[in-house]
Amino acid sequence: MHEVAIVQSVIDIAENEARKHGAPSIRKIKLKVGEFRGVVKEALEFSFAALRKGTLAAEAELEVETVRLRVECGGCGPVDCPLNDFNLLCPRCGDLLAIVAGREMQVEYIDLEDAEAICTR
Amino acid sequence: MHQVMIDTDILEANEQMADHNRGHFKEHGVYVVNLMSAPGAGKTSVLEQTINRIKDDYRLGVIEGDLMTTIDADRISALGVPSYQITTGTVCHLDAKMVHSALYSFKIDDLDLLFIENVGNLVCPAEFYLGEDLRVMVYSTVEGADKPKKYPMMFHESKAVLLNKIDLLPYSGVSLDELRRKVLEVSPETIIFPVSCRTGEGIDEWIAWLEWRIASA
Repeated sequence: MHEVAIVQSVIDIAENEARKHGAPSIRKIKLKVGEFRGVVKEALEFSFAALRKGTLAAEAELEVETVRLRVECGGCGPVDCPLNDFNLLCPRCGDLLAIVAGREMQVEYIDLEDAEAICTR
Repeated sequence: MHQVMIDTDILEANEQMADHNRGHFKEHGVYVVNLMSAPGAGKTSVLEQTINRIKDDYRLGVIEGDLMTTIDADRISALGVPSYQITTGTVCHLDAKMVHSALYSFKIDDLDLLFIENVGNLVCPAEFYLGEDLRVMVYSTVEGADKPKKYPMMFHESKAVLLNKIDLLPYSGVSLDELRRKVLEVSPETIIFPVSCRTGEGIDEWIAWLEWRIASA
């Protein structure tokens, strides 16, 4: 369950950014997480629901986009690499395959509440 | 409402801390090995075997990571090597900050080689860099041949895999070739050392490679 540590980092990054912009709260946090990371989407959501309390993201939505694993052979081009039988040797020529996508773990963007919007005298 | 693009790695703070640790290690000429595995694969036994063979050649230190107890650090201390136990409580991995705090308990200038034995876990430790030079995995023959396919990330991250408990191969129902093939499919550039901490077989080969890595760092 290192998702707790990961979500804590997400909230820290988002809160820092919100403060920099003087925003009263965060509406949404969008993440990109590759399939080839040891991270479970449901565990991220569960951790977020617990950790967001008392932060600027207390009311925020969390969207997690899963980035598909893509691998490529230098000679043969893109190769299908099923997660069910992960194999970094090219099925055609036996060469080493390179991971070109699926290792991401990023905060892509956040939506911030504007300071004026809640300023109702 | 307005949108702010971030495009920041979630674990950037840990990676910055790991870089900071790396700076300390470089400055003091310490080579650092992060040892990872499932619980019970034999990380501490590998360390004992390794320490016994090289403790006259290097000034050693060991950081141990476990949820609870100082059992592992006590085993290392018994060999006359300074050790520090990080007890994480409920946290399933070591992170760069924990290692940084642990460094205060060593005279880092007096070290050549620091082993960090991570928390026994095939998933989470792979995600957290500590500032190490080398990631090494211990994978025991009794865990079954499916582990590299089930937990590919950690294998993929490891420069070397010590296939431990080869003395138990006759009882484990898997062949060395199969274990080796599964590791190499997941991580083709990883070097594999079949070893037995019980009999000492294969340990010299692992140490020769480790010494070569240290010398060429």
